[in-house]
Amino acid sequence: MNPFSSELWSPYVVGAGIGVLLWLGFLLSNKAIGCSTAYARTSGMAEKFVRGDKVKDKPYYKKFIPEIDWEWMLVLGIVVGALISSLLSGSFRIEMVPQVWENTFGSSQILRFAGALIGGLLLGFGARMAGGCTSGHGISGTSQLSLGSWLAFLFFFIGGILTALIIYGGI
Amino acid sequence: MLEELYKKRRTQLFLGFLIGVAFGFLLDRGGATDFNIIVNQLLLKDFRVLKIIFTAIITGMIGVHLIVRFLPPELQPKPCQWKPIIIGGLIFGVGFAILGLCPGTATGAMGTGAIHAIFGVIGMLLGAGLFASVYTHIEDFMSESDLGPVTIPSYLEINLWWVIGTLSILLAIVMYLLERAGF
Repeated sequence: MNPFSSELWSPYVVGAGIGVLLWLGFLLSNKAIGCSTAYARTSGMAEKFVRGDKVKDKPYYKKFIPEIDWEWMLVLGIVVGALISSLLSGSFRIEMVPQVWENTFGSSQILRFAGALIGGLLLGFGARMAGGCTSGHGISGTSQLSLGSWLAFLFFFIGGILTALIIYGGI
Repeated sequence: MLEELYKKRRTQLFLGFLIGVAFGFLLDRGGATDFNIIVNQLLLKDFRVLKIIFTAIITGMIGVHLIVRFLPPELQPKPCQWKPIIIGGLIFGVGFAILGLCPGTATGAMGTGAIHAIFGVIGMLLGAGLFASVYTHIEDFMSESDLGPVTIPSYLEINLWWVIGTLSILLAIVMYLLERAGF
């Protein structure tokens, strides 16, 4: 079978591949892979567009300057990579309401979009408070044996599992 | 030679993009761009996502530590601000279950045609912006529990390679048991 057209690969192959990408990030760019600071930077760029240069004076944006950087390009690359993968495997399709959501909340698109917006808001806020996300803490940080990252990884999943069991699991 | 490469801004942005493309490709092949697979992981029905993360940690951990041992790059552990990590981590977790995607996989899901993921990305931008706005009011909370950029071996004062070996074996055992249990 042609591996480029098979929809799902072994999770061990995928995981090992992601591990190798971590090596490449360190080796070629001296960077640890992560995604959530790109959101903070983009948010700052959007705010700068609306409110002008005074946004730069916000202390948080002095730490994370609103500009396109290595990690921002990485996140952009993810969109393109996933698009290429799903086109090659034939799994690309327009999805308005995912199946597991529909099983619990029905097929209303507005409800799903609102849920995604609220979920995203919590994710964006929580990631910045915790200092990283599933990739920055969960994969890169844990691989570097950072104590805070292992703690973050644990609490991402504690919060996620409990919430999922309550809202989709009917507990 | 590598230090020269790190200084080339345009080349670096392009490398970031290329690594991102490969990352997005792998996330999609792993099923991690799919809301259903992520939520089923959180519901403990399907363990693909944890298997991917655990294998990535084992592979990444060994390689990255060899790289920093012999080559110019250095580790960049994040500061261990344990109170914001626990509170922020739990808030993240709640959002993770509702959106069914995370900051990286949501952008991947957008690439695979998930329209609802676009709302998730907008929400994450709003959430990150909200955090930037309240940051000055919670600076004390953010810094009061900061242990610095500690790592497990530095904190516990154990040999680095013992920690890597032990964690690799533990994660491998968990994955072996999951397979045996039929997951």
